[in-house]
Amino acid sequence: MDWTRILTNVAGEIIAPTTAAYALAAIGLNVHFGMTGLLNFGQAGFMLIGAYGFAIASMAGWPVWASVLVAMACAVVFALILGIPTLKLRGDYLSIVTIAAAEIVRLVGRSTSLTWLTGGNAGLAGDSFKGSFQELSPLPDGNFGIGPWEYSNNLSNSWWVRIVGWALVALACLTIWLWMRSPWGRVLKGIREDEDAVRSLGKNVYSYKMQALILGGTFGAVAGIIYALPRAVQPDSMGRPMTFYVWTILLLGGAATVFGPVLGSILLWTTLMLIKTVLRDVVPTTVMRSEQIEMLGWVLVGLTLMLLVIFRPQGILGDRKELAIDVR
Amino acid sequence: MRRVATTGRSPHRARRNLALAVLTLLLTTSAVLTSSGAATAAAAAQCVTDASTACVGGTIRTAAGEPAVGVKLTVDGPGGSVEAETGADGRWSAAVTTAGDYTVTLDEDTLPEGEQLRDPAGNPRTVVVRLGSSAGALFPLGGGAAGGSGATPDPGASAAPGTNAPSTGASGGVTAQRVLQQGVSGLVFGLLLALASVGLSLIYGTTGLSNFAHGEQVTLGALLAYFGVQVLGQPLIVAGLLAVAVGAASGWAQDAGIWHKLRQRRLGPTQQMIVTIGLSMVLQYAFQYFVGGGPLRIVRENPVPVRIGPLLLNQQSIFSALIALVAIAAVGYFLLGTRTGRATRAVSDNPALAAASGISVERIVRIVWTLGAGLAALGGVLLGLYFNATAWNMGGAILLLMFAAVTLGGLGTAFGALVGSIVIGLVVELSTLVIPSDMRYAGALVILILVLLVRPQGILGRAERIG
Repeated sequence: MDWTRILTNVAGEIIAPTTAAYALAAIGLNVHFGMTGLLNFGQAGFMLIGAYGFAIASMAGWPVWASVLVAMACAVVFALILGIPTLKLRGDYLSIVTIAAAEIVRLVGRSTSLTWLTGGNAGLAGDSFKGSFQELSPLPDGNFGIGPWEYSNNLSNSWWVRIVGWALVALACLTIWLWMRSPWGRVLKGIREDEDAVRSLGKNVYSYKMQALILGGTFGAVAGIIYALPRAVQPDSMGRPMTFYVWTILLLGGAATVFGPVLGSILLWTTLMLIKTVLRDVVPTTVMRSEQIEMLGWVLVGLTLMLLVIFRPQGILGDRKELAIDVR
Repeated sequence: MRRVATTGRSPHRARRNLALAVLTLLLTTSAVLTSSGAATAAAAAQCVTDASTACVGGTIRTAAGEPAVGVKLTVDGPGGSVEAETGADGRWSAAVTTAGDYTVTLDEDTLPEGEQLRDPAGNPRTVVVRLGSSAGALFPLGGGAAGGSGATPDPGASAAPGTNAPSTGASGGVTAQRVLQQGVSGLVFGLLLALASVGLSLIYGTTGLSNFAHGEQVTLGALLAYFGVQVLGQPLIVAGLLAVAVGAASGWAQDAGIWHKLRQRRLGPTQQMIVTIGLSMVLQYAFQYFVGGGPLRIVRENPVPVRIGPLLLNQQSIFSALIALVAIAAVGYFLLGTRTGRATRAVSDNPALAAASGISVERIVRIVWTLGAGLAALGGVLLGLYFNATAWNMGGAILLLMFAAVTLGGLGTAFGALVGSIVIGLVVELSTLVIPSDMRYAGALVILILVLLVRPQGILGRAERIG
């Protein structure tokens, strides 16, 4: 067994753009679920719509800042459309509607009739929209390596994406920390614990829930951009499973905590990579083909989600008293 | 009392639907089956294999089963790039002289007017070429793929009945004949969907659990039928019964092994719901682990088409619809006419009160799980036949349609699930008249959201506090 290669792969996952993207998406979900108790099962929809917004605006020649704004605006509109019918209903209705809405985004995005706009089910190739982002990079061209990490400075899966992605994660963590301590954050927490009590204090619960949905969704949209930058916007890779990974990450790290989503994302992806690379080395291909190892990885993620919810719903960093999964 | 009154009417409605359904069924299914079966011919006419030559080829037919002429394809690989074009019989072939993996790309712009690939994810596709033999690359045309969360071919895709009409709905005119054909097709689909969703609704009614892993019970049924027919070599009926029995047993085991224990631990319904999501992931990928990502045909033969008036159906879907109706009628009788059924409805109404009046709630819940999973397995077998293929994610692809159906009908009411499923089936199929067929599942989900705006308790649900 080649431990150097295995550890290099695992170390690569720690700072991978995908890890950062999932951490950001989980931070957004934390605003929904951890802070407010909203059961949003459509986070992948926010990510996909953000990625589409950014990519399409970039391809139309808009500068990066404007494209990011477009992505965020898309998420705001999506959150409004989702929230208006469901935020007054019981929690499980919100979960069904959000999961359905994310699916609608995917189905519409991959439709052949929209190929001119969204590229149909082939999606939008990375090279068609990442040019303007790469041009912003202050780094010199070429490669740079430190320890196990060696990547191109600017191209595709680059240091530049990593720097921007993790800077955004840091910024998001700081924001969440400030929000949680603010009066606004305390109202959200009150809604999570007892909606009626907050209502009786004269707060407009509906409006607060809507704000949480919009803000968390915006994080999701930005996460979608980071997710798409090293690869492409591919609607089928951003479907329901993606939402479930984000949930697993959030519950693993600990909902209603600042660093839970980041820890969860790093832990999930490194463990998955470790298991997969070790299995590839150890198990002969006659017993298990490489795509079967991939499947096994996802089975383990599902199992993790089940066991976490049953035995340790507060995750690694969370406080059991803080977490009321049973929202009404 | 209200519920009894509502349900009392349903069997009549169902019987009326039956007559209509039988008519309509015929039309759709035969179309589907002929078109997909046609594409299996792989032998190429123009290319002859020998020790140093291999052929890549196939036959392309339109959704209506006519040869698609003049479609251009490119075969790329270690032996260079070869162009091919379909002839008057829809066949194409390309000769290559080096073995290896070849990528076949179909130029979608050269497809006949109004046609589209049934599974756009399958273009381009890779074929393994060995010298001295032919490799088939099939591109079925028809309705676009809809559900499906992965890049694998989606069984839902083949559901688009496209006999008489180009499947890009908007381009074909809306004629009475098409409306009728799609309507009947929708009715059949709705009935099969109802089989799958009744369990979802009953489980929700008795335990308050939204079971996101119910789609996997549907997949399980279809895969078991595939296993019975293709691996064990049993006749379809035996394999189907086996699938239903194992499916029901899996429901019993699931409740005994997981959900009963979680209820005892006093895990709330929302937590349990997230557990079902995890379970659904586990099961989906476990299925894919064992059967792979490709489509699996439960039966290889093409069904016999039957023409009734202007409608074109096939025997298989007529039988499927009849079986579905009988099963649903039996569930109706169980709920209305038997002691256990009344107890089930009592538990749905108010578990605490039911327990206080001497009903064993856990026993009823166990029965509901067994019954629901068995019905889902039956639905899976029939849907696998209706779609003409099944796959690891078939249940997952229609899960949201099932949720839409039970929400529409009224969460927790068995007959609501029936009504909701038929509405959703009709919406899915009729919407292809005005929107592209690969968006037709999206149409049904939009309906779900609209219903929640207007009448959140659903069609047959009781108005209660749900907010």
